[in-house]
Amino acid sequence: MKSTEINEKSPWQDITEGNKIFEPATSRHFRTGEWRTATPVFDEEKCKQCLLCFPVCPDSSIPVKDGRREDFDYDHCKGCGICAKVCPFGAITMKEGR
Amino acid sequence: MAIRERLSGNEAVAYAIKQINPDVMPAFPITPSTEIPQYVANYIANGDIDTEFIHVESEHSAMSATLGASAAGARALTATSSCGMALMWEELYVAASDRLPIVLALVNRALTGPININADHSDSMGARDSGWIQIYAESNQEVYDNFLQAFPIAEDPRVHLPVMICQDGFITSHGVENILLVEDEKVRELVGEYHPEHFLLNSGEPMAVGPYAVSNYYMETKRAQREAMINAKTVILELAAKFEEMTGRHYGFFEEYAMEDAEYVIVLIGSAAGTCKAAVDGIRQSTGKKVGLCKIRVFRPFPEEELARALKDRRAIAILDRSEMFSATGGPLGAEVRAALQSAGSRAEVVNYFYGLGGRDITVQDFERVYERLEEIAVTREIPDMYEYIGLRSRS
Repeated sequence: MKSTEINEKSPWQDITEGNKIFEPATSRHFRTGEWRTATPVFDEEKCKQCLLCFPVCPDSSIPVKDGRREDFDYDHCKGCGICAKVCPFGAITMKEGR
Repeated sequence: MAIRERLSGNEAVAYAIKQINPDVMPAFPITPSTEIPQYVANYIANGDIDTEFIHVESEHSAMSATLGASAAGARALTATSSCGMALMWEELYVAASDRLPIVLALVNRALTGPININADHSDSMGARDSGWIQIYAESNQEVYDNFLQAFPIAEDPRVHLPVMICQDGFITSHGVENILLVEDEKVRELVGEYHPEHFLLNSGEPMAVGPYAVSNYYMETKRAQREAMINAKTVILELAAKFEEMTGRHYGFFEEYAMEDAEYVIVLIGSAAGTCKAAVDGIRQSTGKKVGLCKIRVFRPFPEEELARALKDRRAIAILDRSEMFSATGGPLGAEVRAALQSAGSRAEVVNYFYGLGGRDITVQDFERVYERLEEIAVTREIPDMYEYIGLRSRS
């Protein structure tokens, strides 16, 4: 049974034994970005692509492509602000709210 | 041919573990279960078995490591007593809700407060709601036999629940008795190799065990867990039948001793049954009075209907609890057996006793007095005190 086949209307008989999940990376389906109370804003012009920010993100919400970071994955960013603290160039600022 | 031996209850469980040769045993010592991991460590050191023994720093870690090993796909077990089990509390529930077929060799000992190392059932009775199957023993033979049946019950796909094999601290764990051991090849045939369908170390099937369940899923998960416990009743009896075919020794949810025509019945769990049987034999021989014993073997799942059928038409019943639950009324066995009798419409007179707390001795004479009291209340139908004690010092 795939996790996408189980939802909040599934009867108890259709829930997997012990809630075990038989596929990887299902956390992508869960939009933790909804929890956010503060939001990082990316200023591409100030960014030197030093890439200090993406490894410290606890939610893997800074996508990197061809050696360059892209804008935030706001579906999963919880707004912890670690990236903004770590950025030496002021390219990430925290704004209040989602 | 079965092997004749003389073993303590702890030795018998360790011997069963040797015969099963499980994959992983994380354990932490605590009286009176310490000898079990100690003997197993000896077997490993001597090269008799290739079980991975994990020296952990606490019982919290012991059960955590057992969970991890089981989820990874290993046949895993541990042993403990009393406060050791209390330190496993969180993981006991996780083992059951993650549906991991773990076996725990529990040597029953009173929970601390006041500190005490002797037998009573407060440890396992406290864990009665944790979702574990609980099987109790009267003797060394029974705890050995129960242990051999534990993994096949736990690992049955209809069940997938952890199993607690309980014996009374010191009384059976350290008492040496004659015992019949099952031959190794027969044990292997009964227990078999463990090949789980899903396990974390299977690189062909990435999986997650124990995810967070929000309110929308928690209740359905618990209902499914209950279904496994219902199924366990069938599987426990199937295993008992298989075991009887193999050894000739009969097991069920409970043992009925001199119950055919019994009017006055004692219901209890564990080693005190031996003393009670001596009282039953003595009374029947000297007076012919119809006394009997119902000894519970399986407490979880609770065999409510079967027990009610066996008890409901008796004249008077005494239910003996070896642990408090501080409802300020009776004990856990008393409450559940009385509920079973009530739903079966029984008109038997019922009293609930506490006995043997913190290892307090119980004698044949104590049991004789309980049977005398049952006779009295069957006539008077008056029970001034529903909840009593055996062997308690009291001013009045």
